[in-house]
Amino acid sequence: MGRYFLSVVRRDLTLAARRRSDWLTALFFFVMVSSLFPLGVGPEPELLKRIGPGVLWVAATLASLLSLSRLFEDDHRDGSLEQMVLSPASTVLLVLGKAMAHWLVYGIPLLLMAPVLGIQFNLSWDAIAVLVFSLLLGTPILSLLGAAGAALTLGLRGGGVLLTLLILPLYVPALIFGAGAVDGVMAGTGAEANLSLLGAFLLVSFLVAPWIAAASLRVSLE
Amino acid sequence: MTAPLPAPLLSVHDLACERSERLLFQRMNFSLAGGQLLLVQGGNGQGKTSLLRLLTGLSRPDTGEVRWRGEPIARCREAYYRDMAYLGHANGIKDELNPVENLRFHGDLHSRAFEPDQAVATLKRLGLSRCLDLPCRALSFGQRRRVALSALLLANAKLWILDEPLTGLDTHAVALVEGLIRDHLHAGGMVVATTHQAMNLEGVSVQRLLVGDAAKPVRASAEAH
Repeated sequence: MGRYFLSVVRRDLTLAARRRSDWLTALFFFVMVSSLFPLGVGPEPELLKRIGPGVLWVAATLASLLSLSRLFEDDHRDGSLEQMVLSPASTVLLVLGKAMAHWLVYGIPLLLMAPVLGIQFNLSWDAIAVLVFSLLLGTPILSLLGAAGAALTLGLRGGGVLLTLLILPLYVPALIFGAGAVDGVMAGTGAEANLSLLGAFLLVSFLVAPWIAAASLRVSLE
Repeated sequence: MTAPLPAPLLSVHDLACERSERLLFQRMNFSLAGGQLLLVQGGNGQGKTSLLRLLTGLSRPDTGEVRWRGEPIARCREAYYRDMAYLGHANGIKDELNPVENLRFHGDLHSRAFEPDQAVATLKRLGLSRCLDLPCRALSFGQRRRVALSALLLANAKLWILDEPLTGLDTHAVALVEGLIRDHLHAGGMVVATTHQAMNLEGVSVQRLLVGDAAKPVRASAEAH
């Protein structure tokens, strides 16, 4: 069981290493979108500090969405998704493995880039630390819920737009708790409450999303 | 004809298939035992691929049942997928990986031990000895089909379900595939295949199944060699 999960992860990581442009595009998208805000709203440090956490969280959400439509699409087109579903191992593990690989490839670079962008928004070191920690809890949620959305919209015309409309509302709690945690630190009220809620939301996504995704995959492949 | 009939492993009971509110076939019954080949025939759009997808369990039947060793395949999913290998229209080959890597991941994902030497030997047997280090993107359509056939061979499955296995193959490879199918059947394996091409299958027991007339019950007809 564990071996199957690991081989799904290893396979997707190998493929991502061969197709660097895919995840570099998402990373640059994250950097570009969050850099446009200071240029657009002007350079007042207080204002930037105020909007920084929210902007970074929204940009991370959009960057993760950008890559999600291809989570199953490529494998579906060349037939390898069928082959993977016809494996003796459970489809839930397949989805978990793919979500894990998605997080490693698209989530981790966002985490590493976030402190640099935080400086750009004049965030304090405390706030940056909480921002990174909230993204650490939050980006797996984006991958897990996104996997369910990608499975639901697999093979549909205009699936990418539909996926966005379907998944963005589900991301809202993660966005509120994540950006709220950073705001809390800056306002001096502490980040624990928001981070706990974010962690709880991660657990719920982990327990629910893979099953929904596996069932949707079977329907989409029919 | 006094030899006892081998027990059927794969059997289909009153299967019906509907696509976009059009009935493709109904009351389909057949069974397949070790060493037998079932050729599914019929024109384009008559439901051959739909039937194969029902047999693999990728789609669920509206009525009727597919059974493996007497049990509905939905209930013995794990055992069935250990014994079954499917080759569809798409090859299931990743363009970014070379043939050996493709076979490694294919093996991993089907929980099989992977032996590189065996994989290389199989690829060579299928005439790919010059392409082992190339990413599959650089291979021709027929060569990719051969990689997919290597994965099929390495799957070591009892039942092969093949959708147009000869598409895109040259005459040499067609003869090779016919040989592989014969060997598999002689070793006690089973094959369900669709094809538009004539296949040279001397010395194997062939059943033919014609899909295309939705009104009639569908039965397989045996053919003695």
